[in-house]
Amino acid sequence: MKRRGAMARGAMKSAHPLPKKMAGTAALVVALVPALAQAAKEYNLQAPVTPIATQIFDLHVYIMWICVVIFVGVFSVMFYSIFAHRKSKGHQAAQFHENTLVEVVWTVIPFLILVFMAVPATRTILAMKDTAVPDLTVKITGSQWKWSYDYLDHGFGYYSNLKTPVAQIEEGEPKGEHYLLEVDEPMVVPAGKKIRLLITSSDVIHAWFLPAAGVQQDAIPGFVRDDWMKFDKTGTFRGQCAKICGKEHGYMPIVVEVKSADDYAKWLAEHKKAALAAADDPNKTWDVKELIARGEKVYAANCASCHQPTGKGVAGAFPALDGSKVVTGPKDDQIKTVLNGVVRNGQPTAMVAWKSTLSDIDIAAVVTYTRNSWSNHTGEVIQPAEVKADRS
Amino acid sequence: MSSIPHDHAAGHGVDHEHAHHPGGIMRWITTTNHKDIGTLYLWFSFIMFLVGGVMALAIRAELFQPGLQLVEPEFFNQLNTVHGLVMIFGAIMPAAVGFANWQVPLMIGAPDMAFARMNNWSFWLLPFAAVLLLSSFIVPGGAASAGWTLYPPLSVQTGMGMDLTIFAVHIMGASSIMGSINIITTILNMRAPGMTMMKMPLFVWTWLITAYLLIAVMPVLAGAVTMLLTDRHFGTSFFNAAGGGDPVLFQHIFWFFGHPEVYIMILPSFGIVSTIIPAFARKPLFGYASMVYATGSIAILSFLVWAHHMFTVGMPAAGQVFFMYVTMLIAVPTAVKVFNWVATMWKGSMTFETPMLFAIGFIFMFTVGGFTGLVLSLVPVDIVLHDTYYVVAHFHYVLVAGSLFAFFGGIYYWLPKWSGRMYDETLGKWHFWTSFVFFNITFFPMHFLGLAGMPRRVPDYATQFTDWNEVASIGAFGFGLSQLIFLYAVLKAIRSGPPAPARPWEGSDTLDIRDPAAGELKRIYLKRNERLMMEHATRRERPVPAQRGANMRTALILLSIAVVLFGGVIAAGYSGGSTAGIGVLGFAIIGFLLVAILRNVRR
Amino acid sequence: MSVTPTGAKPYYYVPQPSYWPITGSCALLLMAFGAAAWFNAYAMGPWLVLAGFAVLLTMMFGWFGAVIGESEHRLYNKKVDLSFRWGMSWFIFSEVMFFAAFFGALFYVRNISVPDLGDLGQKLLWPDYTAGWPTNGPYLKEVFTPMQAIGIPLLNTIILVSSGGTLTVAHHALKMGHRGALKFWLFVTVVLGFTFLGFQAYEYGHAYSELNLKLSTGVYGSTFFMLTGFHGFHVTIGAIMLSVMLGRAFRGHFDAEHHFAFEAAAWYWHFVDVVWLLLFILVYWL
Ligand code: HEA
Ligand code: HEA
Ligand code: HEC
Ligand code: CUA
Ligand SMILES: [Cu+2]
Repeated sequence: MKRRGAMARGAMKSAHPLPKKMAGTAALVVALVPALAQAAKEYNLQAPVTPIATQIFDLHVYIMWICVVIFVGVFSVMFYSIFAHRKSKGHQAAQFHENTLVEVVWTVIPFLILVFMAVPATRTILAMKDTAVPDLTVKITGSQWKWSYDYLDHGFGYYSNLKTPVAQIEEGEPKGEHYLLEVDEPMVVPAGKKIRLLITSSDVIHAWFLPAAGVQQDAIPGFVRDDWMKFDKTGTFRGQCAKICGKEHGYMPIVVEVKSADDYAKWLAEHKKAALAAADDPNKTWDVKELIARGEKVYAANCASCHQPTGKGVAGAFPALDGSKVVTGPKDDQIKTVLNGVVRNGQPTAMVAWKSTLSDIDIAAVVTYTRNSWSNHTGEVIQPAEVKADRS
Repeated sequence: MSSIPHDHAAGHGVDHEHAHHPGGIMRWITTTNHKDIGTLYLWFSFIMFLVGGVMALAIRAELFQPGLQLVEPEFFNQLNTVHGLVMIFGAIMPAAVGFANWQVPLMIGAPDMAFARMNNWSFWLLPFAAVLLLSSFIVPGGAASAGWTLYPPLSVQTGMGMDLTIFAVHIMGASSIMGSINIITTILNMRAPGMTMMKMPLFVWTWLITAYLLIAVMPVLAGAVTMLLTDRHFGTSFFNAAGGGDPVLFQHIFWFFGHPEVYIMILPSFGIVSTIIPAFARKPLFGYASMVYATGSIAILSFLVWAHHMFTVGMPAAGQVFFMYVTMLIAVPTAVKVFNWVATMWKGSMTFETPMLFAIGFIFMFTVGGFTGLVLSLVPVDIVLHDTYYVVAHFHYVLVAGSLFAFFGGIYYWLPKWSGRMYDETLGKWHFWTSFVFFNITFFPMHFLGLAGMPRRVPDYATQFTDWNEVASIGAFGFGLSQLIFLYAVLKAIRSGPPAPARPWEGSDTLDIRDPAAGELKRIYLKRNERLMMEHATRRERPVPAQRGANMRTALILLSIAVVLFGGVIAAGYSGGSTAGIGVLGFAIIGFLLVAILRNVRR
Repeated sequence: MSVTPTGAKPYYYVPQPSYWPITGSCALLLMAFGAAAWFNAYAMGPWLVLAGFAVLLTMMFGWFGAVIGESEHRLYNKKVDLSFRWGMSWFIFSEVMFFAAFFGALFYVRNISVPDLGDLGQKLLWPDYTAGWPTNGPYLKEVFTPMQAIGIPLLNTIILVSSGGTLTVAHHALKMGHRGALKFWLFVTVVLGFTFLGFQAYEYGHAYSELNLKLSTGVYGSTFFMLTGFHGFHVTIGAIMLSVMLGRAFRGHFDAEHHFAFEAAAWYWHFVDVVWLLLFILVYWL
């Protein structure tokens, strides 16, 4: 179980020789399905890229070996007995049935072994929990079904959406190298710096899980939990949401790009500029084309996962917007629905409030888009100012 | 209770009693005989195992390749959730209760369960709860899809299926509580003279402790899902931070139930294995007393470890450390058990009939699962393995190769006694070896998937996980097919197996098998009808106001109503669960009830 | 009839086949379906629940009637009686655990989640929330008045505790064979029980109409109404059980040795009593 050189997840795809330990199982498998000869590529944790992950990796190897030794010990005895003390060999049964000394010994020894496991584990726990004096703080918010990263020290943030095309997922198109583990905008952090993570959620529980960094933290709506990581090296590391969070739970990837200090500074500067430029003029009047074009994007990124790109929804779970009474009715009602979400019996439904996620312009755009798409032809144009008026 | 009334029937006229006892299907619906009820439990649980297994196969088929091929993601989540619930509440737990019903009275020399009529209810709640749970697939929005753990707020979002699931859990909980009260009372109160606690077979001990765990935690689960229900529909804020609650609160309550629950599923298996091993090693169980103490310690510790399922919620280090230590501690009593089993085999005179094979397979693979549990109990390691396939591998090792294998062993072991007929040893061996091999092909690779970071409860995965998933899926189908051998072996034994010898296993030493000449046990080897008539006679040693029995007509009426009921379900399904469908269903049920009531009221 | 070596006739009453259990299952199925339909706004729902409840009542009358009949025929010997005692004790234990879940929730919100929500770490989400109890959380803005301990709750405490006393008197009377005193004190107990419920109903009305305290008033409202509500539900059941015992007493059931049904109801009543004391301290007072 030698640890392999630290590499980015993707770089590990090269064929790995069959580890000996696995040979037995693998041989069986190979005999069964020749095509699976390559199966035994992975047999241990991902190569660690942070000090904590390294500790975890070593702890796991250490524990595994202890377990293997005990296992072999116990079952050697059992199989020896099965072999030697069988009736077919004429073995006569002894009649002993207790021995206080032996029983005490084999109660105490496992206990001692456990102590040897608990000590290093405790040490690692304490190290993991030490979130003090970070160099950088990033707030991570899970929402159905994407992550967003807010650089609190720098006053900007963005969403990180799954980039894998639907055709690869549903239509059997050849899958890309990072199928399901690719996003439009990765989280970017500097190597060698302590990054504090403030993790929360805007709807249900998600979990931010980056195996190579040794981090998994549930994102709990209404609470902020903190965690930290510090990368030894640069590279791109991938993980995904680990807590079931609804139908698109399998499609909520996490990609972290670790850059050198210089590259990170460059990225930061660019991003800040872009963020500034992207801030729209709230008083501008938009024309229909612009709004619908923008609305289509907002819809695809935020709404289509439930209400479907066709606007037909999913019967029983997500209402159709195509032909919906709300969408074809008074526009303020729809704006408010989107702003505040739908609350039933005092509980938020899957239709969450979008007011803190989407800007006035985005909401104006998406409402305009839905009111003028599919079979909806209200011809109405909603201006950001109207959305602004409906906030509050 | 001094002796066993059953044998008093020998030579007793039975004809005049006969009329009061319904026959045919009504016999099974109204029975108060612990053996009948045990049989019902076992068949029910096997059927649920097939139902849950088919769902597992759908899961495995979808996961054979990356990408979405067979099912929608939402439906995948529903399948997974219901697979977990059905297997735990429908397959494993009822099977364990079935064993208890058959064996506990026999092993301690009691005439029947303490509350025979309530025993019937404990069973007959289950099929109804199952209907409730499975019918959630056809209501708008589909079945519950938040995982068998039902974590809010996700479980607050979903539709009516979730409510049906909650009620199903309530009813199954009620069934478990009643069943456990029955078992515990039977054990405490109805042992034959001379059967002191420390002389009870270990199976009885494990069930005594299991029943205690059940009574302690099922109500807690009921409370948790009740809060879920009010959060969903009545505006309470238990699990909603906006109102001052906390989603994590649910997890605490759920796992306070959930962890003892996993020992509820394993302790009866320990008991079965502790019965089988000595029988085939022809040597008394090693360390009886320490086995009893170990079981007790496991039960007590199990109340203090629940948060090891929640290491990633962000609890303080002190909490993590506490729950880690206590969890690790459970390895000590479990170690005692494993060592004792091995010591029982040591210097025995062993033979390897099917029950023994399953018992050995159990020890071997349960230990694998126990070790992975231990790995998971170490907080730092759990942080990178939580909610990955490593956990899935862990619990299938302890549940499938653990509980389930022990139950298979138990069935083969006691079937000769229960049915009076011997199973086919060759078939049994085939069943064992195919199960053993395919089980490992299915679940061993999942360790690697988890280590490499594949999350659980996903319908699709990144390409580097493909190979092991293919292996696992192939194994799953093989494992499923192997179970058909079991079904065949059991049916064959019951229908046409050769009569079992008076003492099927020469090495067995418990009251139920040891002395087949005893009047009580003679009965077991008689053919079913004769047996039944004898029971009728012994049932009632004093005159009781007679209840009307069922006749052909009632059975027919009930049957036709059942057909309508079934039609109602289908109608509800086709109409997308519209009011009309549910209406038909409702009326069908009412009709069913009316007949049932009329049968009772017209004395 | 064969006889054991000791000459005593072995005997444990095993009831004969019965339809009541399956009837009860059908009732629960109906009620569960009905409630699920009801909560999801199907018109069918309430009717199904009602039907189920009717069936459940029928079942209870029938089943308990059968048990009472068997008991009065003296089919239950000492051994059976002991089984009943074990059974009832474990049942009450299960009830204790049910309440434990809700008390646990109360403990958790008061000592963990609410303080946490007001903690520095959560300022990012809830900048202006100050933790405290009672509370309806950081988001709901409605103002409400918490329930006071002095007043009706205190009065109810006195009522319930004294009902425990009167019940014990009734039990003693039964054991001494004073049938008149039994009936009288049992009657007093039942009256006290229903008085308690009346006051509680009034208190709920008061909370809803004047204090703006509702089930949906954050965790305070949730824990308050769920705990007291489930308790009230148990008092109702207990009071009904005692009423049945009263009816049976009037019919001449029970004698000095043979009255486990009465005792079971009494155990239950005392359990409900103790839960109330906890409620009074933890929910109303502290
Ligand atoms: C039958 C059921 C069963 C049993 C018996 C166990 C037994 C154990 N389980 Fe398991 N567990 C589950 C069913 C079970 N579990 C299920 C269903 C889940 C997942 C639930 C979900 O999320 O859906 C789960 C999840 C689970 C987790 C949470 C993982 C996660 O979600 O991140 C953890 C963590 O601590 C854990 C630990 C343990 C431990 C330490 C034991 C111990 O009892 C094991 C003890 C046994 C041994 C250790 C082996 C024998 C001992 C020896 C041979 C002696 C020598 C050994 C030493 C000295 C080390 N289990
Ligand atoms: C006691 C319990 C138990 C049992 C016996 C099983 C049995 C099986 N389980 Fe299950 N499983 C759970 C309890 C159990 N499981 C739980 C609690 C979860 C977690 C749920 C959650 O996440 O919420 C889970 C989750 C779970 C997953 C994870 C899904 C996910 O996270 O996305 C998977 C995936 O492979 C799986 C597979 C299987 C398989 C292949 C079997 C097999 O052993 C099944 C074998 C049986 C059959 C196949 C049926 C019998 C055969 C026939 C009917 C004949 C027809 C057969 C053929 C034509 C081949 N289970
Ligand atoms: C997580 C799933 C989800 C997402 C994402 C989502 N919705 Fe919804 N939406 C719902 C659900 C569920 C409802 C129905 C709520 C109810 O009535 O209980 C709903 C209802 C609506 C309605 C009212 C429709 C009617 O006929 O009642 C509108 C309008 C709407 N959504 C618009 C949007 C827009 C615009 C977006 C994107 C910005 C969006 N939704 C994103 C789940 C979602
Ligand atoms: Cu987000 Cu799973
Ligand atoms: Cu556990």
